[in-house]
Amino acid sequence: MNFTLHVWRQKDRNSPGKMEAIPAKNILPDMSFLEMLDIVNDDLMAQGKAPISFDHDCREGICGSCSLVINGRPHGPTRGTTCQTYMRHFKDGEAIYIEPWRAKAFPVICDLVTDRSAFDRIIQSGGYVSVNTGGAVDGNTLPIGKDTAELAMDTSACIGCGACVAACKNASAMLFVAAKVSHLGLLPQGQPERSSRALAMVNTMDKEGFGNCTNQYECEAVCPKEISADWISRLNRDYIAAAGSPGE
Amino acid sequence: MTVETPAKPAGTHPTNGATHGAPHKSGLDARIPAGPLAEKWTRFKADMKLVNPTNKRKFRILVVGTGLAGGSAAASLAELGYEVDSFCYQDSARRAHSIAAQGGINAAKNYQNDGDSVWRLFYDTIKGGDFRAREANVYRLAEVSRNIIDQCVAQGVPFAREYGGQLDNRSFGGAQVSRTFYCRGQTGQQLTLGAYQALSRQVNAGRVRMHSRCVFQDLVVIDGKARGIITRDLVTGKLERHAADVVVLATGGYGPVFYLSTNAMGCNVSATFRAHRRGALFANPCFTQIHPTCIPVSGDHQSKLTLMSESLRNDGRIWVPLKKGDHRRPEEIPDNERDYFLERKYPSFGNLAPRDISSRAAKEACDDGRGVGESGLAVYLDFRDAINRLGRDTIAKRYGNLFDMYAHITAEDPYRSPMRIYPAVHYCMGGLWVDYHLMTNIPGLFALGEANFSDHGANRLGASALMQGLADGYFVAPYTITNYLASNKLQPVKTDHDAFKEAEANSRERIDRLLRVRGRKSPNQFHRELGKIIWDKCGMARSRQGLEEALRRLPELRQEFWENVSVPGSGESFNMALDHATRVADFLEFGELMCHDALQRDESCGAHFRVEHQYEDGEAKRNDDQYAYVSAWGYQGEGKAPTLNAEPLVYENVHLAVRSYK
Ligand SMILES: Cc1cc2nc3c(=O)[nH]c(=O)nc-3n(C[C@H](O)[C@H](O)[C@H](O)COP(=O)(O)OP(=O)(O)OC[C@H]3O[C@@H](n4cnc5c(N)ncnc54)[C@H](O)[C@@H]3O)c2cc1C
Ligand code: FES
Repeated sequence: MNFTLHVWRQKDRNSPGKMEAIPAKNILPDMSFLEMLDIVNDDLMAQGKAPISFDHDCREGICGSCSLVINGRPHGPTRGTTCQTYMRHFKDGEAIYIEPWRAKAFPVICDLVTDRSAFDRIIQSGGYVSVNTGGAVDGNTLPIGKDTAELAMDTSACIGCGACVAACKNASAMLFVAAKVSHLGLLPQGQPERSSRALAMVNTMDKEGFGNCTNQYECEAVCPKEISADWISRLNRDYIAAAGSPGE
Repeated sequence: MTVETPAKPAGTHPTNGATHGAPHKSGLDARIPAGPLAEKWTRFKADMKLVNPTNKRKFRILVVGTGLAGGSAAASLAELGYEVDSFCYQDSARRAHSIAAQGGINAAKNYQNDGDSVWRLFYDTIKGGDFRAREANVYRLAEVSRNIIDQCVAQGVPFAREYGGQLDNRSFGGAQVSRTFYCRGQTGQQLTLGAYQALSRQVNAGRVRMHSRCVFQDLVVIDGKARGIITRDLVTGKLERHAADVVVLATGGYGPVFYLSTNAMGCNVSATFRAHRRGALFANPCFTQIHPTCIPVSGDHQSKLTLMSESLRNDGRIWVPLKKGDHRRPEEIPDNERDYFLERKYPSFGNLAPRDISSRAAKEACDDGRGVGESGLAVYLDFRDAINRLGRDTIAKRYGNLFDMYAHITAEDPYRSPMRIYPAVHYCMGGLWVDYHLMTNIPGLFALGEANFSDHGANRLGASALMQGLADGYFVAPYTITNYLASNKLQPVKTDHDAFKEAEANSRERIDRLLRVRGRKSPNQFHRELGKIIWDKCGMARSRQGLEEALRRLPELRQEFWENVSVPGSGESFNMALDHATRVADFLEFGELMCHDALQRDESCGAHFRVEHQYEDGEAKRNDDQYAYVSAWGYQGEGKAPTLNAEPLVYENVHLAVRSYK
């Protein structure tokens, strides 16, 4: 298969960027999207040209590094992450548009690589249970219903890739925040800080420049871990309760 | 502790001069506390020296790595009050490769009432490692395994539960009890997020300074002690100096020396190997694990291999056709024409035989011409019987995400026809040599998690790496590092010390040297060639002849690399090619060390299978009289043969037996 890639090239944070056409030749349908880019990069390097920069690491859909907007859709045409996208989902000869996540809170660092450290700062502001190492009671002292554990797992499956933000026209991080707030808020361990956590994380999200949620559901549609936008309603309830309670 | 400087090689090898004869006694002191096995750790904790709470903030500790080992250590040390700097190469600490672990984590809780105990977990691990691990370390690991589960539950890790609300368990290879805790097929992710959240809390508290997209370049040793590191900021290219009282390397495994592996693309040997260049001994580098159940290679373009968790072997049955060249579809092959080879060869462990044994059995079947799939390099992992017995829903609940992953990659439906699997590189038992305190032979330099060699001997059992990473980080290093700080009077050092200047200049020169080449071949192409040599000659089966050949070819490849690698761009910006090239350069040197080690260890044990040493039925033949030791290698210079120091392994509590799973 052969393709024409139209790739966002940007030298660094402060330089302007632009789309550049780059051919991708002799691609096999079984190659992953990133393996296709590896081949293109090998070619570029053989010519002494700078390779296309992109984030990637595990290449199996779990680390959340990979983050490409392919033909206008975060993570491309199929459900799952960029690294789990295969060339068999593209038509031979097709033009493929590749861009970075676009959001004020995720500035571009180089080509397709963005700075997502705002997500870390949201977690730092409260996305944990405040417990030190040592002294924990036996794990079975605290029975947790199977259904509750499963729901907590559904939400904590978030890989922090940021596709939800990239898909949202407001660049909102509500799905990301809702997933963490719900994960911990569903479990008994997370109850003592449930309100303060919701409040702190939402406030940090606002401070970092993410937009508001206006119920577009684009986030849910692209989430590689299929985290439901219903969790956002739960977050809203927790937030309102917290914001209204004078003690918190 | 005392460490003798490595003496002259005892016996030299024709092609390269390495010590492939008998090693010499090194005087390596593992500092194992005296007393009965079950009391050693308790005694250590009772006797250790402490740092006054108000003095803790005067000490700075650099923790490189944010996986289970590094993340848990950095968080716990900061909670104690130390000033901590934490480093990772990814854009966020949460993306450390531990995130990818699937199946589970072991702990001797005996919640299933099936006869588990600290002793049994200890014994399984020692036996699983084919009697090449240190008794005292492994016992401590089994002991603290129980605290890990409690700690993780307290953090909110959503472990799988039974209907009554109790923690659920599954079985893993090499054990006859059910002691593996899990979070669907994403156990590593959940444990890593637990550690990441604990770390984030300390960042918020101002006790941890986080440095992401930041790569370790060099270790700074002053007056014989580790006193700092040089790093490179991946975004700006800037080299930075960090001074400290203790340096911790928790930088994971070096699987990608094989090019294809189940590891993340960025996993590397650079951090540990560069510490090795500064004098840290590298132990058992050739002990690398090949995992039996991975999705087979589909072509030359492939960049990584995907693991299908060992937990699948709880319900999946592994088989190949009985007849050679049977090309019928698997569904058309009746049971009596199938060879369930693990069940046949190892009736008491069956499909849950340990990894090294299962991998070799799969290779044997394929070598015998009975492999399946287009390449003939695959065996079936079949869920037909489990689906018939338990129903599709139950299987989907247990392994849904793994089945989806398989379907996604191969475009085949594993609910309908069996998976095809083949062994792939997965884990490194080898790593920096550490003593009981997890300190390397360089005082002040500690190594945790997969980066050290300490607990798994010649083969690791499933679900034990997560256990070890968290044991090291949450429950061992905070004690042993405190003891180190309290028992050493460390003079303050500043980053304008000559040793920092020298290390920074050294790092800069290495980068400039790569940029000067301006060749025609990408780092990736060299990496692939290196991987092929290592996989062929130092993979699942090793021979003297093959290893000698590898030791001839690797220096040639290294030379070609330095003459023809293409690294466009500069060192002052984001540069993926430069980053990859630095990793490949270190792998090239390290590959030679692996082969030296594999050649010198003239026995088979665990994952190290020397074809010259096997029983008639093909089982590995250990040689305890000559090789019951840890091989700790010292660096002598690029292209120079390393020197071997041996730490004898003394077994006071277990009997060295032929490892049988029959
Ligand atoms: C696919 C897969 C599945 C697995 N499943 C299981 C399982 O079910 N159970 C189990 O027990 N084990 C499993 N393992 C093994 C286990 O995941 C690892 O051994 C373990 O997580 C390693 O943890 P670590 O903290 O030592 O290193 P890692 O998690 O690899 O972390 C390394 C850290 O070091 C940093 N780093 C590395 N190099 C540098 C450098 N040069 N400069 C700066 N920073 C650096 C990285 O950024 C990262 O933060 C699995 C492994 C794989 C590959
Ligand atoms: S590279 Fe890890 S999720 Fe894609």
